[in-house]
Amino acid sequence: MTMNGAEALVGALEEEGVDVMFGYPGGVVLPIYDAIMDSKQLDHILVRHEQGATHAADGYARVTGRPGVVLVTSGPGATNTVTGIANAHMDSIPMVVFTGQVATHVIGTDAFQESDITGITLPITKHNYLVKDVRELPEVVKEAFHVATTGRPGPVLVDLPVDVAKGAIDFRYPEQVNLPGYRPTYKGHAKQVKQAADLLMRAKKPLLYAGGGVLSSGAWKELKELAELMQLPVTTTMMGKGAFPEEHHLYIGMPGMHGAKYTNYAITETDLLFAVGVRFDDRVTGKLASFATKSKVVHIDIDPAEIGKNRPVDVPIVGDAKHVLGAVVDELRKRSAEPRTEKWMRVIDDWRDRFPLHYPEGEGDEVMPEHVVERINALTRDRDTVIATEVGQNQMWACQYYRLQNPRRWASSGGLGTMGFGLPAAIGAQAGLKDSLVVDIAGDGSFQMVSQELATARVHDLPVKVVILNNGYLGMVRQWQELFYDRRYSQSVLGQDVPDFVKLAEAYDCLGLRVTSPEQLDGALTAAFEHEGPAVVDCRVTREENVFPMVAPGGSIDEMLGGIPGGPVSEMLDDELLEEVWE
Amino acid sequence: MTGTTRHTLSVLVENKPGVLQRVSGLFARRGFNIDSLAVGPTEDPNLSRMTIVVHAENTPLEQISKQLHKLVNIIKIQDLDPADMVDRELVLFKVNAPAAVRAELIELANIFRARIIDVGRNSLTIEATGTTDKLQAMEDLLRGYGIRELARTGKIALARGSKENG
Ligand SMILES: Cc1ncc(C[n+]2csc(CCOP(=O)(O)OP(=O)(O)O)c2C)c(N)n1
Ligand SMILES: [Mg+2]
Repeated sequence: MTMNGAEALVGALEEEGVDVMFGYPGGVVLPIYDAIMDSKQLDHILVRHEQGATHAADGYARVTGRPGVVLVTSGPGATNTVTGIANAHMDSIPMVVFTGQVATHVIGTDAFQESDITGITLPITKHNYLVKDVRELPEVVKEAFHVATTGRPGPVLVDLPVDVAKGAIDFRYPEQVNLPGYRPTYKGHAKQVKQAADLLMRAKKPLLYAGGGVLSSGAWKELKELAELMQLPVTTTMMGKGAFPEEHHLYIGMPGMHGAKYTNYAITETDLLFAVGVRFDDRVTGKLASFATKSKVVHIDIDPAEIGKNRPVDVPIVGDAKHVLGAVVDELRKRSAEPRTEKWMRVIDDWRDRFPLHYPEGEGDEVMPEHVVERINALTRDRDTVIATEVGQNQMWACQYYRLQNPRRWASSGGLGTMGFGLPAAIGAQAGLKDSLVVDIAGDGSFQMVSQELATARVHDLPVKVVILNNGYLGMVRQWQELFYDRRYSQSVLGQDVPDFVKLAEAYDCLGLRVTSPEQLDGALTAAFEHEGPAVVDCRVTREENVFPMVAPGGSIDEMLGGIPGGPVSEMLDDELLEEVWE
Repeated sequence: MTGTTRHTLSVLVENKPGVLQRVSGLFARRGFNIDSLAVGPTEDPNLSRMTIVVHAENTPLEQISKQLHKLVNIIKIQDLDPADMVDRELVLFKVNAPAAVRAELIELANIFRARIIDVGRNSLTIEATGTTDKLQAMEDLLRGYGIRELARTGKIALARGSKENG
């Protein structure tokens, strides 16, 4: 059928099953904006800043497992997406970003609102395209979705000059892609799978270390099967939060900089680190030279470049987590493997009893931020809930005190640590899961980077709830200044009163509530969660609370500041139980 | 240069816009210096071959090759074994050549199987091909006469015939 490029794009998006896109119009994308008006399938959410569109698409992808789609104009529209694209790239989130571009014949002339967005995003996309001829468009869109969603997922950008959008094309959507240089490996090597099973059967102190790859691959069922079959303790990274139910007795918390002591002790003592869909990030490993030094390592990842990047590996398995974990479970079943971790679990449980996560009780009317998270957890645990976070202390407390029970119900900026991610990500998540409760656990600083997106939430009836842990500080910055810069609070003081978040919420026709004492907390949270529209709860929390325990930057993960006193793991080895396992 | 060795990577890429930028950008981003990079079409018009010479230790080199492999337009990467490859580079030297030394220079060019391709009033331009080492030796000799300008293509290389796999 003959149509123009813009209509062909809409046709292609429909073929890809896209139901919603996030975007913002401008000159060169007007043909596309005109074409989407006629689509019955495509919904469009008009954000208030293009960065919000990318984060929303990212949040949508995290909770649905489907690629997020963005449409913006050239020049500033395109450059405004950069942070969101970088964020998705760091966290391996499937996303396809369409940017308008000036007409092909003026590219390279510094035309009005021209920017070299394929050049700019080259290091932060999995791949990108500049479409120079409308006849290439269907093939490029097909490839873009294929590349974004297969292998290790990631963002793909497609730059569309205005004359391409207007050009005539006989549209037919290709069924297949032709990418000779792109063939991700899904199935793990059989020999390596056997070796992994050997190690699991021999290990005395094994530990499953699971990350975002489990979520992107959809491997949580296999992960649980493996853990239960061999009774393996499981730690999930921040990116892997929800890959394993946190109330499960085998779940032993998040590792790394703000992990629990017992988690980091377990990693330090394990004799088999069974790593799935993780990348041994520095926030997890701390000082690499002392990370899990007593351990053999099995590393499963679909990206061969991650294996051995930071940590040498004994059994590398390149493949999709779901396939490989399934194969390992089958192999163990075939051999009638028996769990042998009872004593090891007792050691960990003993650490868990002695060094639980812990925070001081507030005095008088003090609202403790950790308590706010605990109450959010308690009030939402029986509902289908998505937790988004901002970045900073709020994020770490959310990791520590929200006990996520389900996969793909977590949207938090990992690798890039992007303040201002949470609210738009929550909006995107809500667009993907209309019936779920979506809560953004926010910091006052981060929220102010994107608070205009309340308008998006309100106007599009996306009833997200923002709970601000308002400490009047760039809290995590302040914490580092307190601990490592002699309490010199250079430029980290915001003050709790400006802006008035309740009035701000009201200005956007959202519910605004304030909490200034613990007694008000449940009432306000419940009112917000029950409210039919978006809501903001301004929790005036105690101002100088720190996130503990904490591994000092560059330190060993078993040597943590704060929390219940307890030295490096070598000093924790004095009890009988341990000796039994250690023999 | 402690601990590093020179590697010659032969990289087969799809002939698509921006490929060169993707490859060179990746090296820069991951902290590698490229000694030389030569690129041109192959027997298949859809494919180009890049020959990249880098100094690196083995582990980081493995990491960069894995990262290179991830680029969608990269088809194949070989870290050529120096003992099992043929490699050539082309250099143009423009050398000071007053009448007194011309004969000497022409003789020198002959020894290196190089050719004189341009003759100026006071200069000669010499074209030489060979391995990097041979060209280096030639350059060292010519320096004594005064090299006015120099241009090198960078190395190109292929695995030897016995390495063919089909
Ligand atoms: C866009 C961006 N700018 C700067 C930083 C550095 N940074 C990390 S945490 C933080 C403070 C966050 O403050 P707030 O949102 O109030 O959260 P809190 O730590 O107080 O909970 C800052 C500035 C960042 N992560 N992202
Ligand atoms: Mg704050």
